Amino acid sequence: MGVIVEQFPLYAQGFLQTLRICLFSAVGALVLGTILAGFRVSPVPPLRMVGSAWVTVFRNTPLAVVLFAVAFGLPELGVNGSYFYFGVIGLTFYTAAFVCEAVRSGINSVSAGQAEAARAIGLTFSQSLSLIVLPQALRTVVPPLGSVIIAMIKNSAIVGAFGVGGDLFANGVQLTSAQGYAAGAVLIGVLLGYLVLTIPGGILLGVLERKVSVAR
Amino acid sequence: MTNTPMIRMASVDKHFGELHVLRDINLEVASGQVVVVLGPSGSGKSTLCRTINRLEPIDSGTIEVDGKELPAEGKALAALRADVGMVFQSFNLFAHKTILENVTLGPLKVRKASKSDAEKNGLALLERVGIANQRDKYPAQLSGGQQQRAAIARALAMKPKVMLFDEPTSALDPEMVQEVLDVMTTLAADGMTMLVVTHEMGFARRAAHRVVFMSDGEIVEDAAPDAFFSSPTSDRAKDFLGKILTH
Ligand SMILES: Nc1ncnc2c1ncn2[C@@H]1O[C@H](COP(=O)(O)OP(=O)(O)O)[C@@H](O)[C@H]1O
Ligand SMILES: [Mg+2]
Repeated sequence: MGVIVEQFPLYAQGFLQTLRICLFSAVGALVLGTILAGFRVSPVPPLRMVGSAWVTVFRNTPLAVVLFAVAFGLPELGVNGSYFYFGVIGLTFYTAAFVCEAVRSGINSVSAGQAEAARAIGLTFSQSLSLIVLPQALRTVVPPLGSVIIAMIKNSAIVGAFGVGGDLFANGVQLTSAQGYAAGAVLIGVLLGYLVLTIPGGILLGVLERKVSVAR
Repeated sequence: MTNTPMIRMASVDKHFGELHVLRDINLEVASGQVVVVLGPSGSGKSTLCRTINRLEPIDSGTIEVDGKELPAEGKALAALRADVGMVFQSFNLFAHKTILENVTLGPLKVRKASKSDAEKNGLALLERVGIANQRDKYPAQLSGGQQQRAAIARALAMKPKVMLFDEPTSALDPEMVQEVLDVMTTLAADGMTMLVVTHEMGFARRAAHRVVFMSDGEIVEDAAPDAFFSSPTSDRAKDFLGKILTH
């Protein structure tokens, strides 16, 4: 167990890297996923197609394959950047598909009459979505969205393993393979690092859930 | 009164899949006129109402509001809808907004009114429909009658050229029907152009200039209220009146 104390700086650095990957990806996936959900319920058929194609592709592809495609595909398209950048993009694209479906089911939980009344007073589609439907969808969207984000935090380990490096998981691997620490003890440290992210995250979500269910 | 009708529907047809819900509808509503639409359940009254602000698109024919043909989905359609007030059977007040917010949202976001103007006008309208004291409550805290009056105020806040009502009192407890009809009667007397789907015969006799009777997606009769109620010409209208007047 001494490894956790001895190598604390490496753990801390890994923790921060994981946190960075997760923060960027969470913000990206929430924004992109909400926009995609808007596409999926939009009156414009090409937008609906983009939305459902996105979900079909990214929900049915293993994350590792998505990361591979991003890291090797984007440079082909002339987009260059660090592995960190590609890792975040891959995780964002992948998670956005799940965010989209959670938000869409929330949108569907709001009675159709709300959107009709919004359109009837002359709000545009995007106004009716952002001012009337999404605020009411929030209540049903928070719990499934929480699961999506927690899954994303765990998936960030795949991003780390995929060459981004320096995150909790990659640093753990380095400790066992390169520096010869006992795997069990190292992994306990890694596990603690993830729990520090996911458990408070879960508690925060619970609070948020109670808050949005009180607010009408 | 100008020569351009406020609403003009010509040769309008609509299907829901196999079901032919609107058959060759021709209807004109002059500015300032109040038209009541009657007919058995499923005859297409709601659909007719909803095609006028294009909540339901049509298959063929033309619909004009104040001389302008309905635009396709987009900004122009939103602008047209702002001029056409709609009151639903189930009120559809925005559940997460207070009554005053419900009434000011359209003016703020669509008409780009200032907050103070929107609130001043909104409060005046709430006053007019008798629920100014409910301004800070949420819709679920109001009775059905109060909610429907708020919904009428919300539509009026857009200063519409015409108001569509789809069975505005059908979801109300009997003791609340009159308070909503009173608001509508006053509105009619003030010269608002109105198309009202309702089963309230008293309102039709008192406030309507014309009664349109629909059956199976067709307009079967179009007459003055007195003429329609005393001497309906079609068997379908006679049958319909026989059923509702015996209740
Ligand atoms: N969105 C819809 N999809 C399919 N059928 C519908 C839809 N809305 C209404 N209908 C059908 O169209 C017919 C006319 O409905 P409606 O206009 O609501 O009649 P009314 O208001 O006179 O009762 C009914 O048979 C109804 O079941
Ligand atoms: Mg109806």
